Amino acid sequence: MKKTHLYVLAVLLIAAGLAAFFYKWKVLKFPLTPVEQAEVWEVQARVEFQPRNGANRVVLQIPLDPPGYSILDENFMARGYGMNTERSRDGRSREVQWTIRRARGTQALYYRATIYRDGVPAADTDRPQLQSPPELEEPFTSAAQSLLERVREHSVDSASFAAELLREFSSSTPSQEVTLLLQGRNGDHERARFATELLAIRNIAARVIQGLRLEETAAGELRPYLQVYDTDANEWRTLDVRTGSIGWPSDLFLWSKSGKPVLEIDGSPRARFDIRMQRSLVDSLKAAVDRLEVRDENLVAYSLLNLPLQTQDVYRILLMVPVGAFIMLILRNIVGIKTFGTFMPVLIAISFKWTSLLAGLTLFSLVVGLGLLVRFYMERLKLLLVPRLTAVLIVVVLIMALVSVVSNRLGLEVGLSIALFPMIIMTMTIERVSVAWDERGAGYAMKMAAGSLMIASLAYLVMSWPPLEHLMFVYPEVLLILLGFTLILGRYSGYRLTELSRFRALARPPGEG
Amino acid sequence: MFNPFTVAKRLREVGLVGLNSRNADYVLLHNQRKYYPRVDDKLLTKELALAAGLPVPDLYAVVREEHQIASLHEKLAPYPNFVVKPAHGSGGDGILVIHGRRGERYRRASGSFMTREEFQHHLSNGLSGLYSLGGQPDHLLVEYCVEFDPLFERVSYKGVPDIRIITFLGYPVMAMIRLPTRMSDGKANLHQGAIGVGIDIPSGITKRGVWGNEPVREHPDTEHSIVGLAIPRWPELLMIAARSYELSGLGYVGVDIVLDKNRGPMVLELNARPGLAIQIANGNGLRHRLDKIEALKKTGKLSADPAERIAFAQANFATT
Repeated sequence: MKKTHLYVLAVLLIAAGLAAFFYKWKVLKFPLTPVEQAEVWEVQARVEFQPRNGANRVVLQIPLDPPGYSILDENFMARGYGMNTERSRDGRSREVQWTIRRARGTQALYYRATIYRDGVPAADTDRPQLQSPPELEEPFTSAAQSLLERVREHSVDSASFAAELLREFSSSTPSQEVTLLLQGRNGDHERARFATELLAIRNIAARVIQGLRLEETAAGELRPYLQVYDTDANEWRTLDVRTGSIGWPSDLFLWSKSGKPVLEIDGSPRARFDIRMQRSLVDSLKAAVDRLEVRDENLVAYSLLNLPLQTQDVYRILLMVPVGAFIMLILRNIVGIKTFGTFMPVLIAISFKWTSLLAGLTLFSLVVGLGLLVRFYMERLKLLLVPRLTAVLIVVVLIMALVSVVSNRLGLEVGLSIALFPMIIMTMTIERVSVAWDERGAGYAMKMAAGSLMIASLAYLVMSWPPLEHLMFVYPEVLLILLGFTLILGRYSGYRLTELSRFRALARPPGEG
Repeated sequence: MFNPFTVAKRLREVGLVGLNSRNADYVLLHNQRKYYPRVDDKLLTKELALAAGLPVPDLYAVVREEHQIASLHEKLAPYPNFVVKPAHGSGGDGILVIHGRRGERYRRASGSFMTREEFQHHLSNGLSGLYSLGGQPDHLLVEYCVEFDPLFERVSYKGVPDIRIITFLGYPVMAMIRLPTRMSDGKANLHQGAIGVGIDIPSGITKRGVWGNEPVREHPDTEHSIVGLAIPRWPELLMIAARSYELSGLGYVGVDIVLDKNRGPMVLELNARPGLAIQIANGNGLRHRLDKIEALKKTGKLSADPAERIAFAQANFATT
């Protein structure tokens, strides 16, 4: 049957449109609304050191697929250095190696990255690897045993075990065992390393990662975090080394989980390492496009977003025309409002974009009204159709020029935008109104003109709604959905709303009236 | 109270066919576009009707070029009464009915006069396509002006009443007579203010009427009853309607017929998208009747014989 064919086609179109829409929205993260802003950070790591004579080699751990973020752009600045980035053998971390044969004076090397927060970090499910337990001697062995025993009393699983251990470490009144064990182990990093070793005694896989808290302060600091493997959930749990609190801080940016020192310089000269960061709120549309370009997606290359800006502006308007036409379709075929010309109200609605609604209605009525006066006068001249239309067109242009000049003198800027009104549409409107006026009477003509203007106003209000405009431009595949619904409505054979009133005499019980 | 849902439900019960349904279920499915010229061009319709042996008003002249207008005045001298029609006119637009002349002036059906200049302007407007569908340049027919049957004298104001019969797959399904009023300027088009009076298909007797969208029983100008009139030569009218299917090739077609005092029924024009007001005039919806014919089609019982089709229509399509 023809109808099923049509519905299948319509459903396919709608499904394709929806699928593309959801893909772009959920996966490619195109923004749904025009005001959405993305969190973009500029992070810069700077290494400064005094080189030794001869060859120098600097190895810096750098981020790789940080959870919850994507790296939009990164660059390395080191004048005169050979550079090489390399992934670790297990594929979990990445480092950059800078090398130079001869260097003089203070050296400064930079790593810069633009990162974008694109969601909640997913759980880390790297395979666990047990550290080797520490080689301790008495009395350290007993101290470790009794410390671990006490910690075990206060914990239920590997994460809480580690948390309790870290709390013991950083307690303001440390126990004897802790004082003994931590002798010579200063700093968060050392303590975290030591914690992983102690945990290995209890067969708990643990590791140290380096993270950066993205905060509004300009200077940042890489801090170690302890991660223990939760064998029940099969994922890594993260702990703050200082407080022992469990959980991935929402603003934590994973720098490296290699376990190696972040910065290694051959010969270990005196070096400074600092990190600066800056947050910028970027239009999330731009961020999405940048991100796609990083991923080398053709979607952007073949999308409207890559067109020259002027052309983009044109398409912003053009893509709204189908929406207006769809409204027309509903108002004409479902509601049953009569208009002059099929798409005339949509074209008028577009011209309202430059004038706003009220001014647009006024200007349009002014031009058509004056044009009608001239047209009625011309009726007496008995002109043929084409010369008459041409004459009306000339008059329309004259009226437009006149309105512009007068409103300019009066300082009404809005009057100038009348130049953007479609004069052919206005000419045809004048002709149609006057013919309808002659043949069906003034009332009918006015009713139809009012209907047309009403639909134009409605279409304008919908078409100029910024969220919709944005949606149509960023997600042009919505047009497929629109096309699908148009096809479905194309076979709508029910009553129009106005027909209910027109035929209401039929609805009365027979015999009456 | 006006409740859209109850009204819609009631209209469905009555079997009202709305515009969307007419277009989607009948016009689009049963009227092939290639046959449209047969009904859109009144000259072609006239030729086809003549070839099929159906009576039509005599053609006095065809105006195709602007320069032919000037000579028309002389050419039409032998005919005091005539009608000018654009060949592609729709809904009665551009039809000019002339009842006699006074020197250089033409007397219109309404009684008002128009100068020769106005007359020629009207014609040249018609030629340039003012009244045609889509504004295409057009040609004009000048033809015999029907002298209508005296039966209708008391129920029409000037102009010529005509009878519209809707034919579906060759079966006449519904009929009405359209009576001109003062408001319609002698024209028989409902949207211009003519009255539509439903005709019972089996008997050919008028049942009830509608003016605008409201039911009426008397003619507003003559105040004579419009109900209970027997249409003369009704079987002939039904035959013309039934045969217009073969003539036009259109499954869903409105046939406009006039009754001339001397020459009986004549085909005026055919319409591929007949209006829906006929349902108000009859107080009946089209749907149930059309469904009966669709049922015939499904069982393969459609008849190729017009007489058989008329018999079926008269047995089934009484106005209730």
